[in-house]
Amino acid sequence: MRAEQISVFLENKAGRLSEVTRILSEAGVNIRALSLADTSDFGILRLIVNDNNKAKEALKKHGFTVGKTDVVAVEVDDRPGGLHRILDILHRSNVNVEYMYAFVQQSGNNAVIIFRFDNLDDAIKVLQDNGVKVIEGNRLYAM
Amino acid sequence: MIHNMEYETMPREALEAIQLRRLQSTLEKVYATVPFYRRKFQEVGITPADIKSLRDLRRLPFTYKQDLRDNYPYGMFAVPMDNVVRIHASSGTTGKPTVVGYTARDILTWSELMARALAAGGASRGDIIHNAYGYGLFTGGLGIHYGAERLGASVIPISGGNTKRQIMIMKDFAPTILTCTPSYALHLAEVAREVGVDFKDLHFKSGIFGAEPWSEQMREEIERKLHLNALDIYGLSEVIGPGVSIECLEAKKGLHIFEDHFIPEIIDPVTGENLPHGEKGELVFTSITKEAFPIIRYRTRDVTSLNAEPCICGRTHIRMHRVSGRTDDMLIIRGVNVFPSQIESVLMETEGVEPHYQLVVDREDNLDILTVLVEVGELLFSDEVRRLQQLEKAIAKNIKEYLGVSAKVKLVEPKSIARSEGKAVRVIDNRKI
Repeated sequence: MRAEQISVFLENKAGRLSEVTRILSEAGVNIRALSLADTSDFGILRLIVNDNNKAKEALKKHGFTVGKTDVVAVEVDDRPGGLHRILDILHRSNVNVEYMYAFVQQSGNNAVIIFRFDNLDDAIKVLQDNGVKVIEGNRLYAM
Repeated sequence: MIHNMEYETMPREALEAIQLRRLQSTLEKVYATVPFYRRKFQEVGITPADIKSLRDLRRLPFTYKQDLRDNYPYGMFAVPMDNVVRIHASSGTTGKPTVVGYTARDILTWSELMARALAAGGASRGDIIHNAYGYGLFTGGLGIHYGAERLGASVIPISGGNTKRQIMIMKDFAPTILTCTPSYALHLAEVAREVGVDFKDLHFKSGIFGAEPWSEQMREEIERKLHLNALDIYGLSEVIGPGVSIECLEAKKGLHIFEDHFIPEIIDPVTGENLPHGEKGELVFTSITKEAFPIIRYRTRDVTSLNAEPCICGRTHIRMHRVSGRTDDMLIIRGVNVFPSQIESVLMETEGVEPHYQLVVDREDNLDILTVLVEVGELLFSDEVRRLQQLEKAIAKNIKEYLGVSAKVKLVEPKSIARSEGKAVRVIDNRKI
């Protein structure tokens, strides 16, 4: 029930982000969701794309440091309290969230939240036991 | 002021006669007592008896810093430890420092040279010397200290640091001579300004600054801000410590090398051939009076030139131009010697770090700032900011621990460090020296 996220190391200097999007666009890779974490010196770009291998190859070929991380994608009702319900479950079960980001689907009534956990399997079990819909990687990339 | 009129103004001919006699006796001693030198001389088929003129010196092999490391700690000593009264060591190295020893007579010699140096810088009996060089294994603090006492001046052994307190002492004790590194002198000026003290109201006549390379522009700045005569002093522990050479107050143009104790040569760093006076090359020293730690043809790696023209001060000793660079890639960061290879070995001990790094040195507010750029490869990379920041901190901590120098570690993208002919440019020194 895991999904794969790729992450890219970026120096904080002008044009680096657009360099990544240019490479992905030329490789015909579609970005599903992204989040950028940054410090004064560097940033980490995290991406969910429709084709992980193609994206990784293209970025590596251009000299970027690319990492791969397993994350969990969860479907959330797109209404007030939707996200809170999930975070509450995680909190009560002592599952620690490393980071998270969200995207809203164009079609349908659900939002998708991407979670990074320390202990993935435990987190997935807690979510499923509490009736939270976890999305398979393949479905996520094609959304 | 000339401290030792007889030796410092000796006619060249007489000086050279003394040099030859002392050289021959030093060579005989090291041949008999230091296996390293005996082996090296034998390798080139020379015995001390073959050295019949000063010119013959160039037939002897060089001594390198690595030789001192290989003979760590006491292998280069020419006297039994019973006769060694003091030990110093070079600053800030990973692995083995360079250890040097002094007999009681060596300490007297060194004190005499430092007394000469202080006198050349304007100090005499009755002066109060504010000595802000570090005391300890580093030769700066104690070298100046003994010289000041030998001269009969008063010395305030304040050492480095605690700058605001130093300013208070300067105000209250009224020292007349300042001794410290040139960058610390400017730092003192800065702090004095902050606490509302004007150097104009203090009593300094001269400042004797060394242990790091500095420029003519920096001299002007120091003289303007500290209202004193700023003089360059040179020395290295391998040769004796501070007091190998100094500028005279009269000319402020080149540093007189105390040639009755050290023979200087300038060589082409690549071929090892001797270069004529006036030509720039690597400075090489042979000590001719030291007992515990004599050194033969030591490659200092400092780049300078020699000037034998008579000086208006009356000293007959040859002058060296201020050091303008290094023949190796050593950096001096806030007085600490740093080799890129040392940073490299610290990096290599950090798991996952690739050997692609660069050292960038800037001078901000007269302080050296060292930034270590480290390329982030896949092994190092994490999708969590926290991990990468921990990594930066861990590397900085290791550098501080091993080299004694604070550095800012900055992670950069792979291949972002410029490579020329496939070889990375290891050092970018933005300081204007």
